[in-house]
Amino acid sequence: MKRNKIIIILTIISIFVLSLGIGASAEAFRVALIMPSTINDFAWSQSMYDALLTIQNEMGKENFQFVYSENMFVVADAAAAIRDYASEGYNLVIAHGSQYGASLADIAPDFPKTSFAWGSTANVFADQGITNIFAYEPYSEEGGYVNGVLAAKLSKKDIFGVIGPIETGDAKRYTEGFKAGIQAVKPNAQVNVTWIGSYSDVALASEAAQTHINAGADVLTGTAQMTVGAIGVARQRGALWFGYDVDQSALAPKNVICSVDVDWVVALKPMIDLIKKGERGGKIFTLNLANGGLKMVVNPEALVGQTIEDIVKGNIQVKVEK
Amino acid sequence: MKYKRVREILTGLIPIAAFLLALLMGTMMIAILGINPWVAYQALYNGAFGSINAIADTIVKATTLLFVGLGICIAFRAGVLNIGGEGQLVVGALSATIICLTFPDLAGWILIIIALLVGLLSGAIWGGIAGFLKAYFNVNEILSTIMLNYIAVYGMNYLLRGPIMDPLQVKLGSFIPQTARLPQAVDLPRLIPTRLNLGIIIAIFFAILVYIFLWRTTIGFRIRMIGQNIPASRASGINVPKYMVLAFFLSGALVGLGGAIEVLGVHHRMFTDGSASGFTGSAGFNGIVAALFGQLHPLGTIPASLLLGALLTGANKMQRVVQIPSALIGALNGLIVLFVVGSEYLRRSQARRVELITEVGYNSKHKSKKEDE
Amino acid sequence: MEAIIIGITKSAIRLATPYLYASIGETLGQLSGVLNLGVDGVMLMGAFSAFYTVLKTGNLGLGLLVAIVVGAIFGLLIAFVNVTLKAEQGISGIGFYIFGQGLSSVLFSVMIGSVHTVNGFPPLPIPWFSDLPLVGEILFQQNILVYGAFALIPLSWFLLTKTPLGLNIRAVGQNPQAADSLGVNIVRIRYFTVIAGGILSGIAGASLSIALLNVFQQNLTNGMGFIAVALVYFGAWRPLSVLNGALLFSTVNAIQIWVQVKGINIPPDFTLMMPYLVTIVVLTAMAKRRVRPPAALNKPFQRGEE
Repeated sequence: MKRNKIIIILTIISIFVLSLGIGASAEAFRVALIMPSTINDFAWSQSMYDALLTIQNEMGKENFQFVYSENMFVVADAAAAIRDYASEGYNLVIAHGSQYGASLADIAPDFPKTSFAWGSTANVFADQGITNIFAYEPYSEEGGYVNGVLAAKLSKKDIFGVIGPIETGDAKRYTEGFKAGIQAVKPNAQVNVTWIGSYSDVALASEAAQTHINAGADVLTGTAQMTVGAIGVARQRGALWFGYDVDQSALAPKNVICSVDVDWVVALKPMIDLIKKGERGGKIFTLNLANGGLKMVVNPEALVGQTIEDIVKGNIQVKVEK
Repeated sequence: MKYKRVREILTGLIPIAAFLLALLMGTMMIAILGINPWVAYQALYNGAFGSINAIADTIVKATTLLFVGLGICIAFRAGVLNIGGEGQLVVGALSATIICLTFPDLAGWILIIIALLVGLLSGAIWGGIAGFLKAYFNVNEILSTIMLNYIAVYGMNYLLRGPIMDPLQVKLGSFIPQTARLPQAVDLPRLIPTRLNLGIIIAIFFAILVYIFLWRTTIGFRIRMIGQNIPASRASGINVPKYMVLAFFLSGALVGLGGAIEVLGVHHRMFTDGSASGFTGSAGFNGIVAALFGQLHPLGTIPASLLLGALLTGANKMQRVVQIPSALIGALNGLIVLFVVGSEYLRRSQARRVELITEVGYNSKHKSKKEDE
Repeated sequence: MEAIIIGITKSAIRLATPYLYASIGETLGQLSGVLNLGVDGVMLMGAFSAFYTVLKTGNLGLGLLVAIVVGAIFGLLIAFVNVTLKAEQGISGIGFYIFGQGLSSVLFSVMIGSVHTVNGFPPLPIPWFSDLPLVGEILFQQNILVYGAFALIPLSWFLLTKTPLGLNIRAVGQNPQAADSLGVNIVRIRYFTVIAGGILSGIAGASLSIALLNVFQQNLTNGMGFIAVALVYFGAWRPLSVLNGALLFSTVNAIQIWVQVKGINIPPDFTLMMPYLVTIVVLTAMAKRRVRPPAALNKPFQRGEE
């Protein structure tokens, strides 16, 4: 319900701002966000939306305002939105999806006073002479690696299941990292990978999780918004889950051990500072463990709860030397 | 006569009244969410027609809808429902892209023509499969087109994340599933410095062509005849299976061409987000609606596509301005379709009454002409 | 090997469950002459309303009931547009699809706001049967909505072939003029079948959100409703053949997941394609069984028209 209120408040604010006209809020830094799924997808889009909320809470609503377009999975529509926001004089337009890059390269030169950002990528189109595009790129493989090490330590059967959307971009990098992390601890462990072929097929993701568990896996992980189906299965069948994008522990408090939380604030804040200083683009922001752009959010309830249960059941025997 | 004229006009206004009624329902939904509907609809209008760019976006969206709508018109006139537009768009676009990437050194206009033809042909084949299976193997076209849509999407995903992925993406390590940008030489000429391109003119040209084909040629007449009465067509010596395949083939050809034009005119590369709609914008389904709004007539589909294109383009602006959940726009579009399609009956029965008022002579002549056909 | 077979079969049964409800519902409507392409939209509304009820009250039975009511309301609207207003069915169906998808997403955004999980219907082992070797584990340790889906096959078969109502439904779909002259109320029959179809689509959605997946997300069904319509054609309007189609599609899907899990080196895009490809190929191979669709399918009834 809290989120609803936030949405309603934001809506009212944006109407207010628009009705007052742009001049009235000339002081504030204005950001527009375009994202392929919804602000409550528990994954990619939500993590960016949450980051902007965080910045707004820190800077205050009078100094930082943002608007968004969600569900812009149609690239042509996203391009129209990018152009429209740019022409309305937003300071920063974030095209939060790798599929928007090509459109951005077409539009950015027409709005030299606006900054644009997109990800995840390491491409700011400098080769095309464009100077007002920032890029951001999470090193998903680092988070995947840590998740993998933890998963390997906790697994009893040494069989792991990964449920990904399509084998590209962030999902591919995270999966490679997860595999490497497991192999570092248990070189002979078995990592089974399934690709759902879609970011939205919850039912298939769920059935993939069932199959992984049937194949002996006791630890699962995955990326993108359709994995909520897999988390549901982990919860029902008592498998452990490692999350990505946001802290997913609310979906299965007893099963989600650790999530890689991509904290876009780490990229956005320096980006905003640069823009305020008059730089429009050209820089690539990486999000990794070193700069805190990737945070490992350990869910104490699951980890502690799991350990206690293991001791009670006798799976772990704590010996005290006399 | 005067009375008749008034009635005729009123009858013509029925779909528009239904449209407005749907907007009124939408108004209530918007108001319930605590948003000023007036501001919302103003944004809708501005998003569709408020600036040169908005108008260009509207027309660009309408272009693809028109191609799909034309394809639907042909299929519908033949008595089959082609809901494989999504797959045919993807296949047409993909094959045109592959041609452009394979022969980048050909002269621009030659390559454009070849790419468009290949897009058209592959769309035709993708549609033709459904027609072939229906005509000769009794496989229902709704089943086959739904399945073919999925097959096309998975094929596209495979190609874009592997064989035809942009080499730059592999080098950067970001693995975005898209091709390299096509050579600038194959960009369709732009009409004004916006995204508006030659595509819309090609689309309107084809609309006229389809009209002439369906109503002025023997083949077109036969296609319409099997749509009206299969036993009678068979009795009059028409090779029904052959024409059924042909109808699907032509339907797919137009949709495939639409996909190729979307690539060469707008995106200049192919990309995927795992689904078809990231590229098509669900034009494969919305085109069916456009065809209906256009009374399943190729020329009527032109303004209908523009209207629907405006609505879809404006709806995104509405989200930007009043920050309603984007799905509300989907619900509103659904309502509009339902109200317009529901009002059809009223319009038809009113039209029939108007016809009855008309002189009997005309009526009987009209009827005997119909029987001639 | 046994574990693999059990795993795949159980997967297939779970995957098939929503299709069975939706496809049998669509079969009823089509047999009486009404094509409804909007199944996916109704499924989404059913899935959302059931999920919301369970999230707020924890009462699974109530959740199912709400999904049934919502499905019935949508069925009523679909019947009104298609039967009373005699709309072009292929297009009105797409309208209902877009509308249901949009409305369920708006309601989700406004009333729930973020993804949650619920405790859905638990597995309900059937005494004695569940202890049988092999079949016990596969068939008799499912949840109640899975049993319901499979029970629907003999029930609908009985309804359609052995009862006067079933015969009337077929008559209305095959030859409405003749049925009308025999005093069958065509409008009433079609309202009945379409509302029943709406209810079953609603349950299909609920089977996802409160029994199989136990989550709700925007566009949860991801186009399942269209596959369900396709399966009606696969089954040629016979419940048992619809079951075969649903099981074929789901089994191939379950196998393709297994192929991926086992690390067999085929690009996942091709394994994912298999259920769709196999369905078409199998249907093509069975080609010459000439089953005619209900003659009046997709044709509104107008008394005195031929």
